[in-house]
Amino acid sequence: MFYRRSGIRHTRYQSERQLFPLGFDRFLILSVLAVLLAAPFLFDRLYVTGYLLPWLIWSSAALGLNLLMGGAGQVHLGYGAVMAMGAYGSVHLMRFGAPLELAMIAGGLISASVGIIFGAAALRVKGIYLAMATLAMQSIVDFVISQTPAISGGALATLQAPPARFLGISLSGERETYYFALLVCAVITLFMLNVRRTSFGRALAAIREKDYAAEILGISTLRYKLMAFWVSSFIGGVVGSVLAICYLRAVSPDQFHLDLSIQILAMVIVGGLGSVLGPFFGAALVLFAPILINNALGSAFSTFGMTVPIDLRAHLPLVAYGALVIGFLLYEPYGLAKIYSNVRTYLLVWPFRHAQR
Amino acid sequence: MIDWILLAELGVNGIFIGMMYSLISLGLVLIYKTSGIVNLAQGAIAMTAGYVAWALATVSGLPVLVVAPIAMAVMFGFGLMIERIALRRMIGHPVLMTIMLTLGLEIFLRGLLPGVFGAAVKRLDLGIPQAPLFVGELLLNRATLTGGVIALVLLLASIWFFGSRQGVVMRAVADDQTASWSVGIRVERAIAIAWGMSAMAATAAGILWGATQGVDWSLSLLLIKGLAIAILGGLDSIRGVLFAGVIVGVAESLATGLLDPIVGGGTRDVIASVIILGTLLLKPHGLFGEAHIERV
Repeated sequence: MFYRRSGIRHTRYQSERQLFPLGFDRFLILSVLAVLLAAPFLFDRLYVTGYLLPWLIWSSAALGLNLLMGGAGQVHLGYGAVMAMGAYGSVHLMRFGAPLELAMIAGGLISASVGIIFGAAALRVKGIYLAMATLAMQSIVDFVISQTPAISGGALATLQAPPARFLGISLSGERETYYFALLVCAVITLFMLNVRRTSFGRALAAIREKDYAAEILGISTLRYKLMAFWVSSFIGGVVGSVLAICYLRAVSPDQFHLDLSIQILAMVIVGGLGSVLGPFFGAALVLFAPILINNALGSAFSTFGMTVPIDLRAHLPLVAYGALVIGFLLYEPYGLAKIYSNVRTYLLVWPFRHAQR
Repeated sequence: MIDWILLAELGVNGIFIGMMYSLISLGLVLIYKTSGIVNLAQGAIAMTAGYVAWALATVSGLPVLVVAPIAMAVMFGFGLMIERIALRRMIGHPVLMTIMLTLGLEIFLRGLLPGVFGAAVKRLDLGIPQAPLFVGELLLNRATLTGGVIALVLLLASIWFFGSRQGVVMRAVADDQTASWSVGIRVERAIAIAWGMSAMAATAAGILWGATQGVDWSLSLLLIKGLAIAILGGLDSIRGVLFAGVIVGVAESLATGLLDPIVGGGTRDVIASVIILGTLLLKPHGLFGEAHIERV
């Protein structure tokens, strides 16, 4: 019905190969983009800086992790550490006077080069061992950052991010930072949409399905796995620096602990492994479900004339992440993106369900 | 000048602490041996057990030692329940999905129990005197000593268990699930029992550690130490757990005693991660583990 396919005939290869062959998809994407572009003028600034900005940044991070987990099938439980390296690297460089553009790339490179070392260590073994190696990486990186005064400025110190300029525009205002995060997110999304159509993306998909079979087909498994680690860590580092400069504005070691890794992992799983749309859904649900549940619980308790115990309130996000991860893995392992795609395939031919392919 | 007394003291205390850590690894190995997945919720299950024991002792007013068997029974049921509700549905899915499910469980429990019972540290008193024990010139901590001995007994008991009838069944399941099925072994039941037993091992760990450091969410961090021991020993070897437990315990104790003054604290938590990474780099299948050959 909505996603009308009848009457669409591709007469050139280019038109068939474009990212969104259906007109309605293009319309949907453009209208979402238009709303996002107009958001600072449409909505209250509280919503933009409190909801939309973190959503964009966390979605970008989840996209980076999803390339590794959904694209190449490699687990990474230490993505928070990757982002920490990017954040600290870029903040330090900017304190030395490097421009933001360079510091961001350098932060990504730092993350990528350290991430690939751990990746190389972990890739001798696979699957469950990789999960544990990356878990170990998280705590080692945490330790090094918080125990090295040269990096963190002392165990309990926070490091202020200096005022940044991007392409000559100062990022001190809220609108400017929002547009900057939107730009970074859009670039990463475009990369993710296209990477699946390159030889790199196809090699990763082959490795995800069965690495021995991929090796037999002539794909150098180790090389592509390392490349996946490199690219994903690079994106993680860049997003880490965006997070530090646009959102946190001051970095301290405890912002990048295992909790951040788990949060992003939950976004990837809830959103849908291997989908580009998934991380956006996942980030929205994981970021805002605790707030919604908190409000619902608060009103439920207050109707009985009680207040929510403070400990329960504090631990609610963890309960929500855990329940979401368990629930989705049990009932819809491919996440919200799969639900969306089910609805979309249904509506493609509605009401002629028998025509479904 | 090396202080030999201090070294010996750290070493001996380390051995007993290592034994207490190995209770977590025992649970990990039991589950890995039968179903081939690593249960990342093991630390959180130990934490749950600590809270259960504390709640039982507080409600009934009985001493913890009396309540401990009840807590073990409750947690055995809890282990069975996890397997039945969540893990059995995941059969046939990629192993990584199952591991992420256990991670989800760990996050869930780590939020739920402190949220419901309150985040403040709960005291769990086993009735062990605080005063240290003097052996010659060595100062030994009574709590870790008792804990280590109990842990050692449980480990030896589980080695004995694998020689019994049910143990042989579980070894068969570990070796080849389909083949076990074809000779009439109830594979699901064997896996369920493994989960129950590993929850019991976690209960022992939860109560012993709860008695030494109090019950709060930080008990779930025992997972990393348990993983380090399990990986160093080889994920499918209980004998490996015994040896690796001693190694990890001593390494951690020495690092805390000797390195902490130099780098300014915190080595206790990172040494386990370094051991995990080092093992995976040098000998991925651990000291006693079997290297699996994958056929295409």
